[in-house]
Amino acid sequence: MNTKILKKYFNEMYSDNGAVRDIYQSYARWLKELPDGTLERRNAEAELLFRRLGITFAVYGETKNAERLIPFDIVPRIFGAAEWQRLEQGLKQRVRALNAFLHDIYHDQEIIKAGVISAHQVLDNKLYRPEMQGVDLPNQVYAHIAGIDLVRVAENDFYVLEDNLRTPSGVSYMLENRKTMMRLFPELFVQHTIEPVEHYPQMLLNTLREAAPANVTYPVIVVMTPGSYNSAYFEHAYLASQMGVELVEGQDLFVHQQKVYMHTTDGPQQVHVIYRRVDDDFIDPRVFLPDSTLGVPGLMDAYCSGNVALANGVGTGVADDKSTYLFVPEMIRFYLGEAPLLSNVPTWRLSEPEDLSYVLAHLPELVIKEVQGSGGYGMLVGPTSTQAEIAAYKQRILAEPAKFIAQPTLALSCCPTLVESGVAPRHVDLRPFVLSGKEVRIVPGGLTRVALNDGSLVVNSSQGGGTKDTWVLED
Amino acid sequence: MLSRTAENLYWMARHIERAENTARVLDVAHRTSLLPLDIEGTEAYLWYAPLNITGCAVSYTAKHGLARADAVTHYMALDPDNPASIYSCLRLARENARTVRGAITSEMWQVINDTWLELNRLPQQMDHEKFRDFFDWVKDRSHLFRGVTLGTILKDIGLSFIKLGTFLERADNTARILDVKYHILLPSVSDVGGAADYYQWGSLLKSVSAFEAYQRIYRDVISPLRVSELLIFRADMPRSLHACMDEVEAALLDINGFSGQEARRLAGEQHAALHFGRIEDAFGRGLHEYLTDFLKNTALLGREIRDAYLARRDRLLIR
Repeated sequence: MNTKILKKYFNEMYSDNGAVRDIYQSYARWLKELPDGTLERRNAEAELLFRRLGITFAVYGETKNAERLIPFDIVPRIFGAAEWQRLEQGLKQRVRALNAFLHDIYHDQEIIKAGVISAHQVLDNKLYRPEMQGVDLPNQVYAHIAGIDLVRVAENDFYVLEDNLRTPSGVSYMLENRKTMMRLFPELFVQHTIEPVEHYPQMLLNTLREAAPANVTYPVIVVMTPGSYNSAYFEHAYLASQMGVELVEGQDLFVHQQKVYMHTTDGPQQVHVIYRRVDDDFIDPRVFLPDSTLGVPGLMDAYCSGNVALANGVGTGVADDKSTYLFVPEMIRFYLGEAPLLSNVPTWRLSEPEDLSYVLAHLPELVIKEVQGSGGYGMLVGPTSTQAEIAAYKQRILAEPAKFIAQPTLALSCCPTLVESGVAPRHVDLRPFVLSGKEVRIVPGGLTRVALNDGSLVVNSSQGGGTKDTWVLED
Repeated sequence: MLSRTAENLYWMARHIERAENTARVLDVAHRTSLLPLDIEGTEAYLWYAPLNITGCAVSYTAKHGLARADAVTHYMALDPDNPASIYSCLRLARENARTVRGAITSEMWQVINDTWLELNRLPQQMDHEKFRDFFDWVKDRSHLFRGVTLGTILKDIGLSFIKLGTFLERADNTARILDVKYHILLPSVSDVGGAADYYQWGSLLKSVSAFEAYQRIYRDVISPLRVSELLIFRADMPRSLHACMDEVEAALLDINGFSGQEARRLAGEQHAALHFGRIEDAFGRGLHEYLTDFLKNTALLGREIRDAYLARRDRLLIR
């Protein structure tokens, strides 16, 4: 089985002829010289560390054992300086275009006028927010924090799987994974020159400062969480404490005369920037879902008046929707006049009759996703599904084809991973975090997610995925 | 500081302190129960005391009926359904800490989280000896948490709220522990001052780690008056009402803020009464009555602190 994967999939560590790739040379040597059982022992230490630190996440729909550890794999995923640089350029380009697109559709809609994308695709999208039409944002940035999911299928062949422009999560794992690796394997960090990632919170803080309303010199910044029962609560608290800002819930904030305040022990204090990890639908019961208790009544009014900044901005969902995804390469050409550096995965839109009939005939080969889904929920991976599962999913598609897109099953690259039987290849993806303020910034690397089950292509933590430390080696 | 953060820090500290003090209360009860008291229904009557002073007599009786050593101990130590059990206190302390993880240090979180994980590994059934070990463990964890807190946290308003919670809770609990003696009556008047009486006051001192202090200060046999003086009025006795109110008042002065005036006044008043009070007067009124009044005032102060700092107050803007 393993050899089959080795042949079929790009392996991050070994080339096709079985030789160790250059960037892994030093690591492979170290691994070879490691006494038997050392990896397993350090792995046990790592698990203990994570449990003690309480780095847990909640899985929706699971009542038992509500706090679970996200499995951490101690074999790092390594990039060389040159390959990372190419990725970084592509990521910055893509996020610039996405922000330009968001600014455009909420202002003059040139891209629609030019016929690149249809008015229907944008304006009839459920995630398009008419409330945002004509609202000016500082630096014209909508998606201050973007998580762009990449997969690799060959040495120089990367695809963007999806753009996450709403409330992308996972960066705390990137940071904690690095900390854990440095504690478990200090010798590796002496042997390799690895680009640091620890400054991400500072970078985020700078980005948030730049997002503040123009007339505010010393903005008060907060992180807003749906609360301690949210699956990513650990991350919200972690980032707030790393940036030295308050972690608030909706109930801590109120709006008075179009300004936002928080309740403090010394009375109300005005807030200028809210890094909110609450979805659009829930942030203001007066404008969006009326029964939301997570939000702040009047927040949209304050936001549209320019008295408070939200990161990410409201209405970014229209750009990371899986049906809009198709148009991102066009956006790059349209707004930047450049050729896209990163490729899209070929995608069939099931709203199109031709695409639909092709996809229905080829379900066992394809991956089907919900247009507005995320987190790996509600998707069908054809090659690993049973006939019954495929038949059931087909019924869902037929009921509402426009809700779905299809993509070929990608040969995700493999990375050596410690599993019960030893070190074996497992499929990985990569989520780098792209920050946009006055400039676009990225910490080298990102979060590598790994599908821990043999042969599985689903890397989501909710579906048996784990994470790895991601190294970018300096030249 | 965010009101909700202050609220969580305050309750985190109160719950840890309460867990420790419940362990201490149960410890007195266990020590006392070792002494033979040959009257009818000794067990029920002896074990009713810890239930009564922690305010869970009614809920216990509804669940278990007559007070029995093992049932009361289990109910107050490990029963998740009892909101005042040590188990519940440690759970709530962790919940509070989890909500404000950003406002406490990672070492503090680790102690609280480890405590909770360890507690869940303990067997649900324990014999007498094991329970004594368990009480020691609870005290150790509380000591550890306090030490880690003082050793790692920034000395700002957050620490003041932690101190406020700790010492207000401790004052409340010391008063209740002292009141045990009122509830555990001696079989007859002739026993007053006898061996049983001596033993009970002695175990009460031990339960608040004050036995050695008593010997050093008074160098004499244990007398109710002196034990009470030590635990109420002595400012140098770390668990005395006076020492606790010293800390409460100091914390309130550190927190300051214009809305805390009434809280500061109440704390000052209570502190002054302890500073200038005399044990003879307290005994003159009756110790139980004195302690009951103290608990009433402490509760009042607690409510005032909640209203002044911990509640949401948007109306302040529209002054």
